[in-house]
Amino acid sequence: MTDENMKRRMRYGIAMVMLLILFFTLIILNINLGSVSVPIKDIAKTLLGQGIDMTEHDIIWKIRLPRMMAALILGGALALSGFLLQTYFNNPIAGPYVLGISSGSKLVVAIVMVLAISRHYVVSSATIIIAAFIGAMVTMGFVLLVARSVRRSTMLIVSGVMIAYICSAITDFIITFADDASIVNLHNWSLGSFSGTSWEDVRIMAVVVMITSVIVFLMSKQIGAYQLGENYAQNMGVNIKAFRVILVTLSSTLCACVIAFAGPISFVGIAVPHLIKGLLKTSKPLMVIPACFLGGSIFALGCDLIARTAFAPLELSLGSVTAVFGAPIVIGIMMRKKERG
Amino acid sequence: MDYFFSTDKLVVGYDGKPLIKDIDIRLNKGQILTLIGPNGSGKSTILKSITKHLKHLHGTVYIDKRSIEDMSSEDMSRQVSVVLTERLKTELMTCEDVVATGRYPYTGLLGILSHHDRLKVKEAMEMVNAWEIRNRDFTQISDGQRQRILLARAICQEPQIIVLDEPTSFLDVRYKLELLSILRKLSEERGITVIMSLHELELAQKVSDLVMCVKGEHIAHFGTPQEIFQRDLIGNLYEVSNGSFNPLFGSFEMDRPMGEPKVFVIAGGGTGITEYRTLQKKRIPFVTGILHENDIDYQLAHDLASQVIAAKSFERISESIYEQALMKMKSCDTVMNCLQNYGELNDENKKLYEAAVAMGLKVVASAEDL
Repeated sequence: MTDENMKRRMRYGIAMVMLLILFFTLIILNINLGSVSVPIKDIAKTLLGQGIDMTEHDIIWKIRLPRMMAALILGGALALSGFLLQTYFNNPIAGPYVLGISSGSKLVVAIVMVLAISRHYVVSSATIIIAAFIGAMVTMGFVLLVARSVRRSTMLIVSGVMIAYICSAITDFIITFADDASIVNLHNWSLGSFSGTSWEDVRIMAVVVMITSVIVFLMSKQIGAYQLGENYAQNMGVNIKAFRVILVTLSSTLCACVIAFAGPISFVGIAVPHLIKGLLKTSKPLMVIPACFLGGSIFALGCDLIARTAFAPLELSLGSVTAVFGAPIVIGIMMRKKERG
Repeated sequence: MDYFFSTDKLVVGYDGKPLIKDIDIRLNKGQILTLIGPNGSGKSTILKSITKHLKHLHGTVYIDKRSIEDMSSEDMSRQVSVVLTERLKTELMTCEDVVATGRYPYTGLLGILSHHDRLKVKEAMEMVNAWEIRNRDFTQISDGQRQRILLARAICQEPQIIVLDEPTSFLDVRYKLELLSILRKLSEERGITVIMSLHELELAQKVSDLVMCVKGEHIAHFGTPQEIFQRDLIGNLYEVSNGSFNPLFGSFEMDRPMGEPKVFVIAGGGTGITEYRTLQKKRIPFVTGILHENDIDYQLAHDLASQVIAAKSFERISESIYEQALMKMKSCDTVMNCLQNYGELNDENKKLYEAAVAMGLKVVASAEDL
C-alpha cells in the first residue's frame, strides 16, 4: 500500500462523511422548514408516532416526507443517469436534459395523459413510468443515430438541445389543446416539481431506482474499463455490444422514473457528477457511483428546499433553482475544457 | 511444426469488402513480427482483425492452436493485449490507475485490486521505467511517457501476445529506442510474442525477427529482416522512384544527381560520406574513387555517385583501375580530395591527387569550397 493510496482513501472517507452530514442536515431542514415551521423535537415525536398535533402530523406525513423522499430518490437517479450518459458519450456535459431525453420522455407522457384524461381513464403510476421509459428510449435511439453521424461532441449536444426544443414544442402544443381540467396539472408537471408526491409514488420510485442503481453499482468495473474507450474496454474483455445496450437501458430507466414522477429537471445530471469527481479527485466508478447518488439527493433536496422556502408562501419552479445552481457549473466545465485544449 | 500464432488464408476488410487476402502469418512463441508498408496499405486493418476489434471476413486466426472465433472476450483478454494509436482521454486518472486497468481480466466482480494485482502493476511500471511517475495525472505527461504507461498497461494484463499499432509515432529517438528495447526484453525474458506496425524501416530491421510487407490485395512479402530489407524489394514496396533504399544503413538515400559528372571525389574510410551528401544536396553529379568494396564510403557512393571506381576488398588497387580513375578524373573540372592519410592499400589515391595537382586541375578539400 503506497502513501498515495492511503491519501486517496482518507480523502474518500472525509468526502463521504461530509456528504452524509450534508445529506442528513438537508433531510431535517426539509421536514422542518416551510410555510409552517415544525420544531425538531416535534419532528422526532411525530415520526415516532407520539405526535399530539394532528396538523403537524399531516404536514409531515402527507406532504413533507413524501416530497422529501421524492427529491432524495429522484435527485440521486438524475445524477446517476447523467454520469452514465457522460461515460457513454465520453462527453462531460452530456446529461438526460441536454440530450433531449427528458423532453422526449415528457412528450410521450403528456400524450398518454391527455389521451387518458379525455377518455376519463385514471392513469396509474406504472402506466406513466412505462410511457416515460418508452419516450426516453425512443429519444435515446434518436440521439444515438445522430451520434453516429456527428463526430464532434459539441455537435451531439447541439442536436440534443434541438431535439429537446422540438419535443417541448409538441408537448406545449398538446397541453394547449388539452381538456381544461387537466391543463393545470399537466402544466405544473411539465415544469418539473416534487410536489404532490404520494406514498404510493414513493414506493414505486424507490423500488425502480434502487434496483437500477444497484445494477449500475455492480457494473462499476465495466464502466471503469469503458472510460478508457471502447477499443481498450473490448481488449480488457468487456462485451461491448451488451454493455452499451445495458448502459442505455439503465440510464433511460433512471431518467424515465424522474420524468414520470417529477417532470423534467435540468442540470442535476451534469452538475452533480462533475462536482463529485472534483471532490473525490477520481473518476473511479466504484467510488463515484455511490457518491454521485448521494450528491444528487443533496442537490435536489437543497434546490427543493430553496424553491419552497425562499419566497414562501410562493413556490419557485424547481427547474429555475436547479438552473441557477447548475448552469454556472456547466459553463465552468466548458471553460476548463477549452483551457486544456 | 506447430506455430504459436498463425493465420490461415485470412481475409480482412471493412463492411464485407475484402481489403487484403490470403494473409498467412506463422510465428513462434516470443518472436517479434513487424508489419511495414505504405500509409493506408492496411496494416492497422490486419492488426484490428487479429485483436478481434474488427471481424475478419474469411480464414482463421489461431492462438496456441485455438481459433480466436471460439474464444470469449475474457479468454482473448488474457491472450492478447493492445497498445492502440488512438489518443486516450482520461479524467482524473493517475498513471498507476491507467496501468492498473490492465488487471481487469483478473479482478473480481467490482474490480477491486488485490495485493498481488498491485505488485503486478508495480512490476510492469518498473519494467518500462515509469514507476516514478505513477502519481502523475495521465493527461499531464509527455507523449513518450504516455506510450510507456500504455505499454505497462498491456504488460500487466499478462498476455501471451502484445499487439501495437505504430507505437513509435510521435516519439523522439530516445523513446523509440527505449520502447523497442523493452519489447525485445519482453520477447526474450517472458516469451511474449509481439506483433506491431512500424513506420521506421531502420527500427523494424533492428528489432524484428520477422517482417511482413503489406501492400495491395495480398501480402507482398513475409520473411526475416535479411530477406526483406533488400534494395529493390523495399524500393518497390514504397514505390520510391526518387531515391533508393540502402539495406546496410536501413534507410533511404535521396536520388543521385543526374548529368555529366563534374567533380571527382577522392575518398575512403568514411571521409567521403558528408561530402557526398553535400554534393547531392547541391545537385552536383560526381564520380568517386578509388574505393575498396568493403569501404563504408563505397556503400553510400553506390547510391549517390554517377560512377564509383572500385577495387576488390582487401586487395591492392591494380594498375588498370588506377588508369581508369585517372581517365575519369581528367574529364572532370574539379577534384575534391577528402583524404589526409594514405596507407599501403590506397597509395594509388595519393598518386591520383598528385597527378591532379600536376595537371593543374582545380583541387578543393571539401564540397563547401565549390
